[in-house]
Amino acid sequence: MNGNIALWLVQDGVTNGAIYALLALALLLVFAVTRIIFVPQGDFISYAGLTLGTLQLGQVPGTVYLLAGGGAIVALIEATAALRAGKSAHLPRIAVVQLGVPLAIAALAAWAAPRQIGPALQLALTLAIVVPLGPMLYRIAYRPLANASVLVLFIASMAAHYVLTGLGLVIFGGEGLRSNAISDAKFDVGVLHVGAQSLWVVGSSLVCMTALWLFFERSLYGKALRATAINRIGARLVGIPTALAGRLAFVLAAAIGALSGILISPITTIYYDTGLMIGLKGFVGAILGGMASYPLAALGALGVGLLESFASFWASSLKETIVFTFIIPVLLWRSLVSRHPVVEDEEE
Amino acid sequence: MRSIRLAIVAAAAALCAASAQAEITIGVSLGTTGPGASLGVPYKNALQLVPKTLGGEPVRYIVLDDESKPDGAAKNARKFVSEDKVDALMGSTGVPSASAMAQVAAEFRTPLIALTPLPPLAPDRHHWTFVVPQPTELMMSAVAQHMKGKGVKTVAFIGFSDSWGDLVYNAITSLATDNGYKVVTNERYGRADTSVTGQVLKVISTTPDAVVVGGSGSPAATPQIALVEQGYKGPIYHNHGTVNLPFIQTAKKAAEGAIAPTGALIVAEDLPASFPTKAVSLDFVKRYEAAFGAGSRNGFSGYTYDGVLLLDAAAAVALKKAKPGTPEFREALRDALESLKNIIGTHGVYNMTPANHNGEDERARVLVQVVNGEWRLLK
Repeated sequence: MNGNIALWLVQDGVTNGAIYALLALALLLVFAVTRIIFVPQGDFISYAGLTLGTLQLGQVPGTVYLLAGGGAIVALIEATAALRAGKSAHLPRIAVVQLGVPLAIAALAAWAAPRQIGPALQLALTLAIVVPLGPMLYRIAYRPLANASVLVLFIASMAAHYVLTGLGLVIFGGEGLRSNAISDAKFDVGVLHVGAQSLWVVGSSLVCMTALWLFFERSLYGKALRATAINRIGARLVGIPTALAGRLAFVLAAAIGALSGILISPITTIYYDTGLMIGLKGFVGAILGGMASYPLAALGALGVGLLESFASFWASSLKETIVFTFIIPVLLWRSLVSRHPVVEDEEE
Repeated sequence: MRSIRLAIVAAAAALCAASAQAEITIGVSLGTTGPGASLGVPYKNALQLVPKTLGGEPVRYIVLDDESKPDGAAKNARKFVSEDKVDALMGSTGVPSASAMAQVAAEFRTPLIALTPLPPLAPDRHHWTFVVPQPTELMMSAVAQHMKGKGVKTVAFIGFSDSWGDLVYNAITSLATDNGYKVVTNERYGRADTSVTGQVLKVISTTPDAVVVGGSGSPAATPQIALVEQGYKGPIYHNHGTVNLPFIQTAKKAAEGAIAPTGALIVAEDLPASFPTKAVSLDFVKRYEAAFGAGSRNGFSGYTYDGVLLLDAAAAVALKKAKPGTPEFREALRDALESLKNIIGTHGVYNMTPANHNGEDERARVLVQVVNGEWRLLK
């Protein structure tokens, strides 16, 4: 172990930590707004990485079928609800928004896949395919349970994760993919060769975090989300629809997951089940940050990245054990200092 | 679902075939779904290319899916021996599944053609089990000898944190003294790990003369890429689990120069004319690619094919002693398998002895290297 190696490890840890930090923020956001521990977060990483990789191979990614199928199910649910409420005038709008838009995106993807449309459009298409799956998942799996306890929501999360992973295996197969880097450039900074992709990862994470901060501080929707997170009943009383807040949180979480997948897919091989482990590390980061504060969660996630990097140097076979063991002292400390351990469930 | 459908077809076939007593029946359990599916499918594909007779008698293969699970393989094997009264078992595609079948083979005194390398077996299981694939040590000895020739003194190891990583690590450490090198690191990583930078830095910090990777398939590309990115210039050796297309597709340019041992069929065209298995390997590879597409060749289908060749040669002997479907025939088949000599397969030449139920030698492996995005024979 010398200074150079330490620097290398720090660089590796910061790159991974930036992704974990993004995921930790998304998990925290979804948890604060909806009390859902969003286990399927990781699946969006896999879906986005594999969708991008498949598009780059010139093939139609299987996620378009999920998009079309999910849209059809949501349209059916919404239409049934509208008919029961006697609002049949809403039907055309539901058909266009819930079914028409996903089908249009799917058709666009099928048209664009065999043509080499360039990296920027491939990225945009990947986001357009994967991000709508977030709100669809919310509508199908979570909205009907919106008032259930944290535990029930967590169980639903696990179920949703298994379904998504299984679907991932069906549509992408067991083999992994590594997409092309946005840029192959390398910069020599002292002893380090910093890959352009690592800079993209760290840079995009920072931009994304700043954007989130601006969104919560400055925009009406962001403030509505914060209000819902702080006090659900209070928010409802002042006219913020909780369902809208939930859907918005899921759009953001899916977008962050998809972005993470796109960012890391050139530096690591993505398999249909890769996402869970990455998502879990983000979750550990969020827990290290106390599952309450955004800056602490980001710092915690960065810490996980660094810890993992150094653990893989010193004791590679115990790497995961070391990372996950760190939850225990934090949880112990949290349960000792926290005076209202079950307050969240008593609210509703 | 598929296994149920196959089972119904198999049961119907069994009823129809009940009258044709002389027919030989082989029960094949493969993991064609589940985590081992990418290996199980080529194993199964090969059965479309095998001869329709064994030792001159018509043969019927009953193929069931074990979903890459050991309990599934054991269940299939029990069904084969108790309901179908098979003359021999074949399978399966994972080490734990094949081990489970070896137990059933010993219990019901039925020969088993194992299609994965197996750890040393208890005497009764060894008695009934014949292993087609090359032992890991035989494969890695090609790497060890190549390193010796290059004057390699220190070897760093990085491999999976599972039993496959252990098998490869044990093979290269047991070969170390004879080939004059020292293994200086034992770094491990998970198949799905996103970064191996830490492990690779540790490897490079020991300045090894060569690196051996104990991975397989596309996950073996992770350390390959990291080593190249960190500027490691020495030779990088892999094992036979890595010799496939996904590895090259994943590592892309970083794969260039990677060396690995494999069965001869992968580079059948490159083999010298004097190579003993050239004709058989080339014929099989051509027919396989004609049926399943150019570039689809792989070692796994060759194991199934060689297993059938072994049964074919042994059945010719056993048929002189007993009728298929009887315990006497199974006994005779086992004895014949154990005394097979100079059977030329797609992977190598098989010479069985009571102690060695694999029987392959140095002719069963060649070294290949990635050149211009293809596995080519290392000359």
